[in-house]
Amino acid sequence: MTETLLYLIQQLINGLTIGSTYALIAIGYTMVYGIIGMINFAHGEIYMIGSYVTFIVIAGLLGMGLVSLPIILILALIVAVIIASTYGWTVERVAYRPLRGSNRLIPLISAIGMSIFLQNYVVLAQGSRDVALPPQITGGWTFGDPSVFEVSFSYMQALIWVATFVTMTALTLFISKSRMGRACRACSEDLGMTNLLGIDTNRTIALTFVIGAALAAVAGLLLGLYYGVVNPFVGFIAGLKAFTAAVLGGIGSIPGAVLGGLILGVTEALTSAYFPSEYKDVVSFSLLVLILLFRPSGLLGKPEVEKV
Amino acid sequence: MSQLLLDVQGLTMRFGGLVAVNKVNLTVKNRQIVSIIGPNGAGKTTVFNCLSGFYIPTEGSVMFNGKEMAGLKDFQISRQGLVRTFQHVRLFSKMTVIENMLVAQHRHLNTNLLAGLLKTGSYRRLEQEAMDRAAHWLKEVDLLEFANREAGNLAYGQQRRLEIARCMVTQPELLLLDEPAAGLNPNETKELDELIVRLRDEHEISVLLIEHDMGLVMGISDHIYVIAQGTPLADGNAEEIKNNPEVIKAYLGEE
Amino acid sequence: MQNNKFYSALFAAGITFVLACLMIGVKLDTEGTTLAIRGATAEQWTWIGLGISLVFLSQLFSNQIDAFFGKLPTPKLSSLLPEEKKMATLKPWLIAALIVGMIIWPFMVSRGSVDLATLTLIYIMLGLGLNIVVGLAGLLDLGFVAFYAVGAYTYALLSMYFGLSFWVCLPLAAGFAALFGFVLGFPVLRLRGDYLAIVTLGFGEIIRILLNNWTNVTGGPSGISGIAKPTLFGLEFTRRAKEEGAQTFHDFMGISYSSSYKVIFLYLIAVLLVIFVIYLINRLMRMPIGRAWEALREDEIACRSLGLNRTAIKLSAFTIGASTAGFAGSFFAARQGFISPESFIFIESAIILAIVVLGGMGSQIGVILAAIVMTILPELAREFSEYRMLMFGLLMVIMMRWRPEGLVPMKRPHLELKQ
Repeated sequence: MTETLLYLIQQLINGLTIGSTYALIAIGYTMVYGIIGMINFAHGEIYMIGSYVTFIVIAGLLGMGLVSLPIILILALIVAVIIASTYGWTVERVAYRPLRGSNRLIPLISAIGMSIFLQNYVVLAQGSRDVALPPQITGGWTFGDPSVFEVSFSYMQALIWVATFVTMTALTLFISKSRMGRACRACSEDLGMTNLLGIDTNRTIALTFVIGAALAAVAGLLLGLYYGVVNPFVGFIAGLKAFTAAVLGGIGSIPGAVLGGLILGVTEALTSAYFPSEYKDVVSFSLLVLILLFRPSGLLGKPEVEKV
Repeated sequence: MSQLLLDVQGLTMRFGGLVAVNKVNLTVKNRQIVSIIGPNGAGKTTVFNCLSGFYIPTEGSVMFNGKEMAGLKDFQISRQGLVRTFQHVRLFSKMTVIENMLVAQHRHLNTNLLAGLLKTGSYRRLEQEAMDRAAHWLKEVDLLEFANREAGNLAYGQQRRLEIARCMVTQPELLLLDEPAAGLNPNETKELDELIVRLRDEHEISVLLIEHDMGLVMGISDHIYVIAQGTPLADGNAEEIKNNPEVIKAYLGEE
Repeated sequence: MQNNKFYSALFAAGITFVLACLMIGVKLDTEGTTLAIRGATAEQWTWIGLGISLVFLSQLFSNQIDAFFGKLPTPKLSSLLPEEKKMATLKPWLIAALIVGMIIWPFMVSRGSVDLATLTLIYIMLGLGLNIVVGLAGLLDLGFVAFYAVGAYTYALLSMYFGLSFWVCLPLAAGFAALFGFVLGFPVLRLRGDYLAIVTLGFGEIIRILLNNWTNVTGGPSGISGIAKPTLFGLEFTRRAKEEGAQTFHDFMGISYSSSYKVIFLYLIAVLLVIFVIYLINRLMRMPIGRAWEALREDEIACRSLGLNRTAIKLSAFTIGASTAGFAGSFFAARQGFISPESFIFIESAIILAIVVLGGMGSQIGVILAAIVMTILPELAREFSEYRMLMFGLLMVIMMRWRPEGLVPMKRPHLELKQ
């Protein structure tokens, strides 16, 4: 295998890894948008909080002398999911639900305010500087020719792939098979009608936020371990990227969010591989602009016809 | 034989697998009142949307004054002289009646930024002309006394009249009215009747209207088209339509 | 009923505990190469406890609290003002008095106050500009800071490479920002409200990243320094003339040098610019384009059916708003003498948006008031400066729940038909 091909494979591996985390966060955006037509600006901050909680639990357990990594990670996951979901639920309850029904601008501004509030809340609570965690999962597989180029596929990356896959499958099963899942789907089709049919739409909407937050927490844990660093501002850029992914795939569509996330991740990896890496964000945002201009319904979405 | 004002051939509108409008043909001559009737959900408003550019028709041609309209954008078609109203009144409710009338004349005004900032002669002249035209039409529909009132504060019947006056002030040749009599009491319906006839006779425009009020339709229409489930069912004058068995069947009779 | 309240209060308190226990209750510390955790201080736990109790009590007594607030009268600013007719005759005098006051004032106060006032005027300009886009035309722009940056860098670069004076660059900066607004706006203005918001945010970020990385032209992260200050007919406000053959202001006037002259001069320029912008907007609201913006905000479909080209109309608002930001940007660069991409981050866009929203979308007075509050309050409450952004975010949420129409709801000037 040639060097270029091996290099390309490496980029694909990296891209799909990051892409799947984008997908996890993007699902939160897409579900909320699908059900109440609103961009949850504060969603990125939920992901950030998930990361922080992960770090706290891991540091705490390691400090207490716990050695078994799987147990630490599972505990971290559980706590992060619980706390992030609580934040997600609270944000909806406090900042969005009372504003439901007013014109689009008002909940959006409330969301922006919430995002700023959460960012600075963490700055005050945990400091604004980077917090670093030594790498927990090291090592991986390599293949290729050491004299040409070695492709590495780390265990951490494999974990991300597996975790994302498992989470997606669980979510898909939940949405398609369970009663609450059906309620979610019904609400995203027609909120008013679902309400009239006696389904508690407030509970369903709250559940949507909670699910989104839980997934963001998983992403927070995975990316926190992957990068080893967190600060109160990681939510902003991650949120924008994830939203790009959601739009790319078709806002309101969960498979779309996954597809969008993967495509975005790979595009970013390829860009930073062959061009100066500062421009990878420019490429992501440009992708967002282009998609909204030429195919606003996204790759998997259906074009909307305006009813006059 | 005067040239047709509006000549619609084979108009078809498909939404995915659903055929909302199926090969509709209709013509409107100068100074004519033409009505489109049909059971609810028959696709009549969809026809209007296609004619006025709010939808791009899947197939067919819409010739207005000899020019092809199908494919043009809504505001472009409106500027050609084909304007429409909507089933639900769409006024600028927070703006006054006179302002509604001025917004409609936007393209007849001097919108040059500098001219407006410096209040040049041409700017002021065009504003005055627009005001005069607005006042003239408000008088026509008997709303002049409400000129400075917020449009949202008018009674429903008055709002309907304002909508028509607003359309007329754009100097159209063809007016598309979507259920103009909906929600009007018999008195108001009679006034509407007279207004539409006046528009044709004194102001020399043609009117194409969608209506369910058979009294109004039979009374003023020069020609009637019947559409059921998006497909043309019959057309003719009032007598022919009233006695057409197909139409009676589709409607189960009205009046 | 009491039982129900008790459980919901307990639930709310529990939620608060979950939220606070780890994020506030535990602090991450880097010790050497390892990450450790530290429990929060006793003081912090007291605050957490207080917070939980507060939530518990407010939930428990929520009915009584609502009743209490319901009885409070909602402030109606309009009741403070004299009635319509008197206002009409008073207004020109009030405005004249205000302008005279603003011109005389800086000579009587400290340099710091004048400086603060100049900063406030910049935000007023920015707020008024964004008000055109958001308040009058109803377009949510989250990337307004990009046009601010374009204005600033335009002046900085033109002054550095071509030696053009501030006054020449001012319209050029506005024009350039307007051009950017046109190019950016043209493809995206037909997007739906919230999509437009995100896209403009994306644009703002793209511009910032480009400014940060295009080091050859923009100086990259270090920015551009040594930007020339504005002159009065060629008279410089420095101790010694920088330009060849130029004279300094104090030499010309035959007085001794004082750094206050420069500060006051800048302040007066800002006042001039703000007055110009206010005049511009007032005219625009009474012109066809202003009416079109309002109509478009009310009912876009009706506008389309009347032959109005919505893209062109939205574009005009976007471009004019952008040019105002260009004005503000070039003045900002002139005042600071140094600019870098750090001044043009997203938070600035959010602050300006907050000024417009909290002030009352569309209302100029509201925007001016909000800008004053936003700029001056943090100065007065210096000890709370680290809570500034936190309060800011909270304020946005609270205002949306309590008074979404803003401090001063917009009162449009209505066109009257004289009978």
